[in-house]
Amino acid sequence: MSIESLTRLQFAVTTLYHYLFVPLSISLALFTALLQTAHLRVRARTAPGDRAAERYGRLSLLTGKLLMVTFAVGVVTGLVQEFQFGLSWSAFARFYGDVFGPTLAVEGMLAFFLEATFLGLWWFGRDRLPALVHLATIWIVAVGTAISAFVILAANSFMQNPVAYTIDETTGRARLGSFRDLLLNEVNLAAFPHTYAGAVMAGGALVMAVGVWHLLRGGHAVGSEDFAAFRALSRFGAWATLAGGALVAASGDLLGKVITEVQPMKMAAAEGLYETTTGAPFSIFSYAPLGSDRPTFAIEVPGMLSFLAKGSFSAEVLGLKDLQDAYAAQFGAGDYTPWIPVAFWSFRLMIGVGMLAALVALVHLWVTRKSAVLDPDPRLARGILWTLPVLPLLPLFANSFGWIFTETARQPWLVFGLFKTADGVSPGLSFAEVALSLAAFTLVYGALAWAWTLLVTRLVRRGLPELPVPQREDESHDHDTHAVSY
Amino acid sequence: MTSWVDLPVLWFGVTVLAWVLFFVLEGFDFGVGFLGPLLGRTDAERGAALRTVGPVWDGNEVWLVAAIGVTFAAFPDWYAALLSGLYLPMIALLLLLAVRGVAIEFRGKHDSASWHRRCDAFLATSSLLLAGTWGAVLGALVTGLALDPGGEVHGGGLSRSLAPILGPWAVLGGFAGVLLTTVHGATFLALRTTGPVRARARRLAVATAPALVVIALALFIAAGHAAVAAAAALLALAAVAAWRGAEALAFAATSVAVAGSVVAVFTAHLADGSWVLLPSTLSSANDVTLRAAAASEGALQLITVAGVVVLPAVVVYQVWSYWVFRQRVSTGPAPRWARPRVPAAR
Ligand code: HDD
Ligand code: HEM
Ligand code: HEM
Repeated sequence: MSIESLTRLQFAVTTLYHYLFVPLSISLALFTALLQTAHLRVRARTAPGDRAAERYGRLSLLTGKLLMVTFAVGVVTGLVQEFQFGLSWSAFARFYGDVFGPTLAVEGMLAFFLEATFLGLWWFGRDRLPALVHLATIWIVAVGTAISAFVILAANSFMQNPVAYTIDETTGRARLGSFRDLLLNEVNLAAFPHTYAGAVMAGGALVMAVGVWHLLRGGHAVGSEDFAAFRALSRFGAWATLAGGALVAASGDLLGKVITEVQPMKMAAAEGLYETTTGAPFSIFSYAPLGSDRPTFAIEVPGMLSFLAKGSFSAEVLGLKDLQDAYAAQFGAGDYTPWIPVAFWSFRLMIGVGMLAALVALVHLWVTRKSAVLDPDPRLARGILWTLPVLPLLPLFANSFGWIFTETARQPWLVFGLFKTADGVSPGLSFAEVALSLAAFTLVYGALAWAWTLLVTRLVRRGLPELPVPQREDESHDHDTHAVSY
Repeated sequence: MTSWVDLPVLWFGVTVLAWVLFFVLEGFDFGVGFLGPLLGRTDAERGAALRTVGPVWDGNEVWLVAAIGVTFAAFPDWYAALLSGLYLPMIALLLLLAVRGVAIEFRGKHDSASWHRRCDAFLATSSLLLAGTWGAVLGALVTGLALDPGGEVHGGGLSRSLAPILGPWAVLGGFAGVLLTTVHGATFLALRTTGPVRARARRLAVATAPALVVIALALFIAAGHAAVAAAAALLALAAVAAWRGAEALAFAATSVAVAGSVVAVFTAHLADGSWVLLPSTLSSANDVTLRAAAASEGALQLITVAGVVVLPAVVVYQVWSYWVFRQRVSTGPAPRWARPRVPAAR
């Protein structure tokens, strides 16, 4: 294996790992803020101590705990990303630093400080801040995650579709033009809603699974407050998954059209479309023997690719062969075709497993539509409980497949049309160093995933936390709060 | 643009300031990380020690994100040379930070003595190694790296990026890092806790500071950097203050001592007016210099605007968060009012 492939593998592993926790942080921050808002609104209208009025508060405490645990892993793995461009991609950092550096710096100043500081204030400040200020802290965290996603996606969108830059004649490096244009890259304007909605699906499926587990297994008597609360949680998660699914499809459609325009090769690779075709089909499944450019078996939706790419069932879509010839003429001899099977399958799996989660959400909403007793056949219940852990993984993997598609089908370019991946690796790096670091990442990240899973399982099993009793004035001076403990 | 202010010099100042804030703030975090589990004899005491940094450690760590981000934004070549040249030490730091952050956050989310013990062990080990490794990295910066004309370090195998942190300055830096973090963490704990942890932390600060004063004075005599002498004086002051019970003064003194040491490292090669950010041990022609490494005027203007608008707000709300949690953390058992309410029987 070449050092370049090993470095790419390390980047892919660490980035995809970061992006398992990111979508959950984004969505759990939003859910916690929404649930706490609901709690305060209901509480204002009911008598103190009303159990039903505390429902949303207790739910927000549960999602908040899941958020704290997830956020911690998101933070420490994000830190690795921030350093990685200098560690293993120093040639790329030198080329692209003038554009990417300020973008990362702005993200840090604008978003990361907000997220980290206010999450600490939210968790520990429950008894010290007035209720509305305390509510504001979690909303600020939620907004911070959205800002950070928007800014980092702008950096990535530059790599898909470079805008707002000039090339310095003496150094040959990219120079930042208008930052506003960089942020408002047309790819980013489609990719941000798409990614945000994908994140909402991931968190939605997680809390839906938590709710369903408690309904089937938690031992809460039907009609009890906790049963009702978990029913509400599962339906809340299902609605979020469904709404996220609708937005992901709409924005994905838009994103596909933008990408066809700026990187036609990518969408041709997504279908494995070798010849330029009018009314190009979209295959749900296809099999082609290795080395052949024609499938021996395929299930196709006629005209669908043309529709996804151009908005008309009969439009012409450029094929891989014509594009390869055009790029060779434009950029010089070389192979400009990405790895077709990966592009083809990651695109389908993104749509497939993500939409499957939306379908499960729809079924769940239907089954629980009446506030009726949930009483499935015991064998069915056991089957559901066994498959339940897979549910949050569906949109999470859809997110991963989306990134795998986006990043691998851009190859051989790191910055499309400007800078090749092979030129980006740190020139001095030795194979042994990367091999050692990759092994260390695998080990530590594996342990973190294990600890996260263990802790989340325990938090979920323990059920709904009680709201802490508010602090009394006369006792407030000589004790700190242990309501949330360390 | 003929700018009324020399932007690269301004941003060198901001970059050093960001690193200083990171080391001062996260420095006491690291100290608490390994002192808390040592000075706290019971689970409750250890939890209380950790609660002194619980609400703020993550905000402190973002100063690292800011520092490396600003280094990247203002001086891309410095960022690239520094990180690729120190590849393995940096990877080690990142992994240790990962273990540490997760240990802090995970500890209190599950109530079991063995879970707490395991998290404490990971927290203490990683914090201690972090203090030593950061110290070694700073020490290595004093010597510089074997940079070629392209600003990269060559040479095969693992020794390429490990050798810089095994040199004499780096080893000294490692030891000084651990000791300085110990004193700094101890003065912070003394300031922020009550009861036995506070007393033990104060004693530890008084006992450790003199060793550091000796190292700093030896360094001053060897290298003659005024900031080092100032650091020594401040540490002596911290010891006296801690001994007399002036905890706030002691903590302020160790904070300034940490800041002074970091400034001394970052400005070690500016002295002769050559603006060297990172020297090359191969040839001074390969040094990374302020002018050559600076980003374009446009990029610097952008971050200047962003910094002027955003950073003051960051400082304001971070200070506010310290104000909200200004009460000392008590090390006794949880007060009655704070225990979760037992759900009403029905
Ligand atoms: C679409 C969203 C998104 C994407 C594509 C990325 N991140 Fe991320 N990142 C976040 C969304 C996010 C977040 C939601 O803001 C996180 C996740 C959990 C968290 O703690 O904040 C975060 C955390 C996080 C942190 C820690 C912040 C802190 O200390 O509080 C850093 C330094 C980065 N990220 C840097 C990166 C880099 C350099 C990326 C590019 C490879 C990257 N992230 C991809
Ligand atoms: C969290 C979001 C992201 C994910 C999940 C992701 C995923 C990936 C994957 C899977 C690869 C490997 C592709 C291959 O080897 O063929 C890759 C490559 C890369 N991406 Fe991304 N990416 C993300 C965001 C970004 C951003 C924001 C940047 C920079 C602005 C970036 C820069 C790179 C670089 C430098 C490579 C290495 C070259 C390569 O291997 O192709 N990525 N990414
Ligand atoms: C109808 C369904 C969908 C369509 C048409 C669609 C379309 C697309 C397209 C065209 C891209 C490539 C963008 C690029 O190269 O920059 C993409 C990327 C991506 N997709 Fe989807 N997608 C769908 C469903 C999903 C689902 C269900 C998820 C996750 C829950 C998801 C998550 C992602 C992610 C994370 C990326 C990479 C980030 C980005 O470029 O924004 N997608 N999608």
